[in-house]
Amino acid sequence: MLKYLGQRLLYVIPTLLMVSIVSFAIIQLPPGDYLSTYVANLQAKGEQVDPALLESLRQRYGLDDPFIVQYFKWMSGIVLHLDFGHSMEWSRPVGELIAARLPLTIAIAGASIAIVWLVSLPVGVYSAVKQYSIGDYVATTISFLGLATPNFLLALVMMWFGFTMFGLSVSQVNAGTLIIAMIVLGTAGTAGLIRTLRANLLDELRKPYVVAARAQGLKESKLLIKYPLRVAMNPFFSTIGWLLPSLVGGEVIVSTVLNIPTTGPLMLDALLSQDMYLAGSIIMILGVLTVIGTVISDLALAWLDPRVRLGAN
Amino acid sequence: MATTLLPDASPDASATTDLKSAKAARSGQLRLIWRRFRKHRLAMIGLVITLFLYLVVIFGDFIAPYGSGEFDADHTYAPPQAIKLVDANGDWGLHVHPLTLEQDPDTLALTFTPDEAQKVELGFFVRGSEYKLLGMISTDVHLFGATDPDARAVHLLGADRNGRDVLSRMIMGTRISMTIGLVGVSLSFVLGIIIGGISGFIGGRTDMVIQRIVEFFMAIPTMPLWLGLAAAIPRDWSPTTRYMLITVVLSFVGWTGLAREVRGRFLSLREEQFVMAARLDGASRPGLMFSEMLPSMMSHLIATATLAIPGMILAETSLSFLGLGLQAPTVSWGVLLQEAQQIRVIATAPWLLLPGLAVVIAVLALNFLGDGLRDAADPYKR
Repeated sequence: MLKYLGQRLLYVIPTLLMVSIVSFAIIQLPPGDYLSTYVANLQAKGEQVDPALLESLRQRYGLDDPFIVQYFKWMSGIVLHLDFGHSMEWSRPVGELIAARLPLTIAIAGASIAIVWLVSLPVGVYSAVKQYSIGDYVATTISFLGLATPNFLLALVMMWFGFTMFGLSVSQVNAGTLIIAMIVLGTAGTAGLIRTLRANLLDELRKPYVVAARAQGLKESKLLIKYPLRVAMNPFFSTIGWLLPSLVGGEVIVSTVLNIPTTGPLMLDALLSQDMYLAGSIIMILGVLTVIGTVISDLALAWLDPRVRLGAN
Repeated sequence: MATTLLPDASPDASATTDLKSAKAARSGQLRLIWRRFRKHRLAMIGLVITLFLYLVVIFGDFIAPYGSGEFDADHTYAPPQAIKLVDANGDWGLHVHPLTLEQDPDTLALTFTPDEAQKVELGFFVRGSEYKLLGMISTDVHLFGATDPDARAVHLLGADRNGRDVLSRMIMGTRISMTIGLVGVSLSFVLGIIIGGISGFIGGRTDMVIQRIVEFFMAIPTMPLWLGLAAAIPRDWSPTTRYMLITVVLSFVGWTGLAREVRGRFLSLREEQFVMAARLDGASRPGLMFSEMLPSMMSHLIATATLAIPGMILAETSLSFLGLGLQAPTVSWGVLLQEAQQIRVIATAPWLLLPGLAVVIAVLALNFLGDGLRDAADPYKR
């Protein structure tokens, strides 16, 4: 287990490094540096720009330095002082802005995963045990629809229903919009997980040991929970690897539609106004958190399933 | 094979029969795939819908009753009109009742009511605005619409904020939305085959490095990455350039799944006897990869590519909806859905959500088609 842990953590380092490089590349992507964009925007509005401020910002980020030097300046700021840079649009430190909104993002993503698990476990088991029953067809149909519907469309439709039926207010965050966000985010993941769980459990139920146990007179419910379900449960942890990235991505859109003050809408605004340090930092933080979440799920999987941790040796 | 071993020998009888039987086996496999595919009912439905959607792509401006930019200021948020077959006098003929606009004096709210006394007759192959069929033939014939070109505009699926026909715009949007997936997948197909091929064929350390890179791309949230890349495209670039760059952005992130599939296939095919035979025959590495191994995995790759298109369509829709993808005047399903961002707008004109239905149908159809292709790709299995 320790060896597996070490190996897995060793792999994380290059991944995190790449996440940071890609995020910084996104900061650098728009033509011209962001200071000139900023100045152009201000001058278009007829405002004056303080040359001293400009010069100090230019110095601080080393905008005249090559890419790699700028990257190291940015990264050392983050690692040493948790300084993610300065948001032009908000004229506040990026770190402060993100810290105010990150908890809600994490809470929504966490709650969505909980919903995904709570719904897909019973439905997936039912679908597999009662294969080709009406309930199975209904579950399969809904999960196909869930995979095919864009997150924001589902959010829009649910918002519309909430608005016309229950007079839901969407001008600010409230319990209604939060619930809609979690349901919407949960749907896509649930759909995928139900399909995986059903397929895995079906494979497992056909194995000879199940027949043997049944022939020995083991009770059907006990038989199911004791062995096949435990084996088929693996995807609950292994899928976090793809569930988390898609949840985090979906959260950006759903929160924007529903007006929930998470990092998602903040990032979108930042991208639209080319407030690149803010946008790049959010992309990086979301990426890093996703990587960490995936590692935790991998470790949980290794702890649960000896095949995984022994396979590493 | 015989001709390669004996380059001087003229193609003799056995070589030609060899060739013939090889051809027969090839078409035989295609027939087997088709036979198996046909049994998959959902996949057949998916195929029919997909073909229909691409017909709409090709003949879009003929099928759409109006051009995507045509507007009618009196028809702001006009509701869908129902087609009637029999009128009040008992006369037959397709028609709709024109809408009359009333304004509530207190709330200033606009309401449309169909004027039962009048009718606008509908017909097929009617004259309307001019366009170029297939981009070449100039014509003004549309599949259906009001028989009298000067009649009030007919909106079978309602109109938007500017009084533009939602049905026509949805049809025109099919063009962009369905092709962007296709172009995007083709690009990631090329990337996936080259990178996955190198990874699976060479193996060893190269394989390890490439796999780490693929894992990295799979581990970071795609949507923020897509958004970040799309935001970097300057706003003032032409629609065509934007379209091309968006497909590049989509495929830049989307090639990983295909690369994995290709790598897995290469790894298992490498041990097959026919590959060994070709290698002993002195085939070069690229020759081995592209003329021996690639064709034998093509059916699987096509299935995987089909399954990748819906993801691209969904991504384009989301990007455009958020305002970072394609932008008006380009019309795609995502751009159309951008109109329906405000809850007030949806409450007054729910039909603006209809392009979303088109997205769901297209994605479902392609998913079923891909599933069927994947099951049929290996006709000898089971």
